[in-house]
Amino acid sequence: MQKMIQKYFALFALPTLIAFTLAFVVPFIMGIYLSFTQFTTVNDATWVGLDNYIKAFADKDFLNALWFTARFTIVSVVSINVFAFLIALLLTKKVLGTNVFRTIFFMPNLIGGIVLGYIWQLIFNGILYKFDVTLTNDPAFGFWGLVILMNWQLIGYMMIIYIAGIQNVPKEQLEAAKIDGATNGVILRKIILPLVMPSITICLFLSISNSFKLFDQNLALTAGAPSKQTAMLALDIFNTFYGKAGFEGVGQAKAVMFFLMVGIIVIVQLAITRRKEIEN
Amino acid sequence: MKKLNRVLSILLVMSLVFIAACSNNAGKNEPGTDTNQGNDGAKSNETIYFLNFKPEIAEAYKKIAKDYEAETGVKVKVETAASGTYETTLKSEIAKSEAPTIFQINGPVGYAAWKDYTLDLKDTKLYSYLSDQSLAVTEGEGVYGIPYVVEGYGIIYNNAIMEKYFALGTKATAVSSMEEVNNFDTLKSVVEDMQANADALGIKGVFSSTSLGAGEQWRWQTHLANIPLFYEFNDMQGFDNATSAGLSANEIKFTYGNNFKNIFDLYINNSTVKPTLLGSKTVADSMAEFALGQSAMVQNGNWAWNQINEVSGNTVKSEDIKFLPIYTGVTGEEKQGLAVGTENYFAINSKVSESKQQASIAFLEWLFTSETGKAAVTNDLGFIAPFNTFEDNEKPADPLAKEILAWMEKDTTSVAWTFAAFPSEDFKNDFGDALLQYAQGNETWDKVSSVVVDSWKSEKAK
Repeated sequence: MQKMIQKYFALFALPTLIAFTLAFVVPFIMGIYLSFTQFTTVNDATWVGLDNYIKAFADKDFLNALWFTARFTIVSVVSINVFAFLIALLLTKKVLGTNVFRTIFFMPNLIGGIVLGYIWQLIFNGILYKFDVTLTNDPAFGFWGLVILMNWQLIGYMMIIYIAGIQNVPKEQLEAAKIDGATNGVILRKIILPLVMPSITICLFLSISNSFKLFDQNLALTAGAPSKQTAMLALDIFNTFYGKAGFEGVGQAKAVMFFLMVGIIVIVQLAITRRKEIEN
Repeated sequence: MKKLNRVLSILLVMSLVFIAACSNNAGKNEPGTDTNQGNDGAKSNETIYFLNFKPEIAEAYKKIAKDYEAETGVKVKVETAASGTYETTLKSEIAKSEAPTIFQINGPVGYAAWKDYTLDLKDTKLYSYLSDQSLAVTEGEGVYGIPYVVEGYGIIYNNAIMEKYFALGTKATAVSSMEEVNNFDTLKSVVEDMQANADALGIKGVFSSTSLGAGEQWRWQTHLANIPLFYEFNDMQGFDNATSAGLSANEIKFTYGNNFKNIFDLYINNSTVKPTLLGSKTVADSMAEFALGQSAMVQNGNWAWNQINEVSGNTVKSEDIKFLPIYTGVTGEEKQGLAVGTENYFAINSKVSESKQQASIAFLEWLFTSETGKAAVTNDLGFIAPFNTFEDNEKPADPLAKEILAWMEKDTTSVAWTFAAFPSEDFKNDFGDALLQYAQGNETWDKVSSVVVDSWKSEKAK
């Protein structure tokens, strides 16, 4: 059987490979090429060299979006993972109705981002109306609105991963620690945390990349209002690409830089947290 | 083992056939095009792809497409871009192998962006039917965009509420009919007195909410902004008209900025909602408020008739719907009329096959000359079409369009749509964002003025 699979490896891989090439590799390479050109539609482009990259960096909105995204990512990654981990700890204890709670916490993740954005917009505006303001009043509202939305959506998902990790911690070790007189805090720090490191790696990776490339929630919740101050990178790229005639190439250049940034950040994060993982 | 092999090879063949079938489909239409080349344009089985700009009349176009197919056998595919996404949709649609054959550009600035895709329409009958050929988008000898609708906007008011106000015992102004409201000062005193008597009049506010949500700002950053800039362009010497003066202006001074502030303040301070809540309001909200009789006035154009008419439970009678020009306090504005113009121009895609182009032109000519087509334009689309093929009795009957025609007859000067000269979408959005910040009390008016001036300059320089 093993031999068979080896023999027909190409056959099995082919459909996926074709799909991957058509839907990812080709557009990706085209995208990099287009970032060095000026174009209106993707089939006719003229080469302009690094011009687009220079324009992108001269764009105040882009730098503002970068800074906003960075702040947002830091706050939401920390809060999502702390809450998800705490809830996971709670729901791995023998509490009544654990499974029901797990399901409920996971559910927000099943709703599409654009819908979430509009629903939360209604909720936030409903509350803010009481104070005669709306989300667009202050960029801080949009910022914290996005943080809350993102937490609500992702905590359940991360929680599931943490639960899987925590359940993998051997009972014998926990019992041994207890008999040795370790407090709950010590058990958490010295045994549980090191052993769930693989889950932490995955969760950090997912929450960093998801926060960084957030788009639909951002578009639906604030669309950058007021004055593009709450526009994140993906939304800024979209606005550049479609908002200004002749700036498609600049949008493309921003997108390439965006890809590189997300790529570098998550690779660094993976390298760091992987090193902390230990054999179970 | 052997059996498995056979199954695998069958699977492989099947997947190859599938892939081949898929790729074949895409290319199939091209050879078909060539065989049709010799046929008469109207009779060919070409598909016309019409990318519609106006979501509010999407259904009407679908019906027209069906009628045309029934009459001539030519299939017309109508797609409509969602509100505010026309450029986005066009950009992706036109790159496809089945590209739109008819699309729309929004004047000289839109033409500059789509230059490479617009066919010269100088020799078409459609162009010759234009009652005013100077309305078309031209460059050199060529004609690249044909306007198909004349529209107007101003302040729409509910005459029933106005009559109620004029009959009010507690009224503080001496104004007793809308005839007397012909400048900003009168309008302001009437509006402020009405707002003070809002409860007695049964309204929440005089003006519908000033929609400043994302994508809902066009009534202010485009239409209202047109008024002060029209006067500014008009003051420039040595141009044929205000629009061409605007097109050549690399910088503006926003001389009439305070006039804009006048009317904008009036809108936001005498409204159904508090100014700080405007960031979440939409155009549909404000039209609904007007239709339900919660407000007496709203700034919009004649295209808004459907939005008023179709709100369920609307209380406004069609004979009570009237237009008032947007007065801002410019000297001599008693002679100012509504803002009348067009920003919708048909363009034919120059990159599709010759026969498709001819079929598309034939469709447009049919739409504006045949009995069926003209009836649809007048009754379903509600267009005031700028073509001489329309008789007087073929003009639209909805109250707003009628009002536009009536104002054009009056002894007033219409304000031209000079926003065709605005440098870019970004300029408008910067303007709109600044207005929102101003309405919310986060920015001063001076800041708004400087945003307008700076953004114009930097967008022109790009």
